[in-house]
Amino acid sequence: MNPSPFLPSAARQRWRRTKSRAVTVLLCGCAVVVMAPLFLVIYYLLVEGASAIDWHFFTQLPKPTGEAGGGMANAIVGSLTLLAMAAVIGVPLGILGGIYLAEYGGQRSNEWLRFAADVLNGVPSIVWGMVVYLMLVVPFKTFSAYAGGVALGLMMIPLVMRTTEEVLILVPQSYREAALALGIARWKVIVVIVLKTALKGIVTGVLIALARVAGETAPLLFTALGNNFWNHNLKEPIAALPLQIFAYAISPYDDWHRQAWAGALVLLGLILAINLSVRFLSRERNPAKP
Amino acid sequence: MTTLSQPASSAAPVQVPRTASSAVPAATAGPSAAAEVIAFDISQFCLWYGARQALHDVTIRIPAKKVTAIIGPSGCGKSTFLRALNRLHELTPGTRITGSLRLYGEDLYAKEVEPVVVRRRVGMVFQKSNPFPTLSIAENVLVGLRLNGVSDRALLQQRLEECLRMAALWDEVKDHLNRPGLSLSGGQQQRLCIARSLAVQPEVLLMDEPCSALDPLATAKIEELIQTLRANYTVVIVTHNMQQAARCSDRTAFFYLGKLVEYGDTRTLFMNPANPQTEAYVSGRFG
Repeated sequence: MNPSPFLPSAARQRWRRTKSRAVTVLLCGCAVVVMAPLFLVIYYLLVEGASAIDWHFFTQLPKPTGEAGGGMANAIVGSLTLLAMAAVIGVPLGILGGIYLAEYGGQRSNEWLRFAADVLNGVPSIVWGMVVYLMLVVPFKTFSAYAGGVALGLMMIPLVMRTTEEVLILVPQSYREAALALGIARWKVIVVIVLKTALKGIVTGVLIALARVAGETAPLLFTALGNNFWNHNLKEPIAALPLQIFAYAISPYDDWHRQAWAGALVLLGLILAINLSVRFLSRERNPAKP
Repeated sequence: MTTLSQPASSAAPVQVPRTASSAVPAATAGPSAAAEVIAFDISQFCLWYGARQALHDVTIRIPAKKVTAIIGPSGCGKSTFLRALNRLHELTPGTRITGSLRLYGEDLYAKEVEPVVVRRRVGMVFQKSNPFPTLSIAENVLVGLRLNGVSDRALLQQRLEECLRMAALWDEVKDHLNRPGLSLSGGQQQRLCIARSLAVQPEVLLMDEPCSALDPLATAKIEELIQTLRANYTVVIVTHNMQQAARCSDRTAFFYLGKLVEYGDTRTLFMNPANPQTEAYVSGRFG
């Protein structure tokens, strides 16, 4: 059989190979550029911050200006407290909203809800801070841990809502049909079959949202405010890692700069830990997928 | 129940006698036979998906404790019809129906009838086996009872064994009831789904091409199971496989383009169809 007359010439094939190689190198370069900042961040934090991390850093309060040592124990506990409060607000509302979107909402209302959630996801975090400032700080005449927790929690709602919706939609319709065909009431089908099937995805979404708000500084500036001491009352200002880092980083003291680096390293470690558990969970999820 | 599982464990070789046995009652009791209990009495039933009409004036009486097969080419409305029997089609937005559909005289589409109750009475097994992925074998069987408020452990245990035996699965899974339902093979999963449907004791079992994803051996087991179910249940089975309809049903309904073309004794419909379209389809000239 004669070769097709549409075959490319040898020269043309060489030119194609050259182009292919050039583009591959270009894409590879882009990948390196994308990865580089992550390594730079980790490198600088380790170089600058590792030396300031010791046992005291995790157990002691900040020392007054001029005194050596001290730590960020209050800020670490404060951050965890704020995250817990944010989760109490953001997780149930986000999950319930996601269930509504995936299981109940009509097409028209869902479009609006998704649009609203996406807009909320794009609202700059400082705006959340200002809104909560007007909502909770001004009327109660005090900065407070509650206000900080509410600011972070409000930020979590649209994040959790959209990821919950997405994983619920991934649950095959056939499970819902099978459960309904057993004469199981719809809400039980959703709680026991659908949510359970999507549980790992939902937990992953919640963790991602937590990791996202854990590093937020702006919404805490006029809400939680920060605190150099232990917080004994959630109606009063509370310390948080990002706030403490900010305060120390803009200070004129070398000691505090080192502490700021160390705080940033701990914060990054916390977020990395959350992300690693997300990866662990999502790897577990795959074999169970139908 | 123990005795029910025995014929099924002898697998494929029974296939030939079964064909004969299923044909015998069909030959003696025609659709017009007196004293026959009617499960579904359906008349002038139409169904629309939005503007598209999927079922046209279906009028059919499906007998109790018999196996009724529904055959027809893809898109002829046979699955839609099946799903209308337990109102599962209502999950698709924009459907509406006219006509009447009664189960033992009760209008399943009456305003005060809850679809949840309809589906308790009319169970369904799907084309693709779909055990719940987060549940074990035992939990899969019992989930319908548990979520309908049965908590008596002895009763659940008894029901678990009964249903797995009825589904001819007990001997294969009795030693690892706590393994995930998804750990079973495709054919076993489908039998697990049947056990799951039987657990809530429906009056009717709908089967939507239950064997189309299975190999011939697994298919033989399911078909055998259908024969044993006939003693206690009304079975309506949609199938693409005409041999399967001929082998395991008493009645056969032929659907084409959303209409019920012909309905009658399986043997009559296959050997001596009244309608030329049926004749063309069952002889393999189209579809």
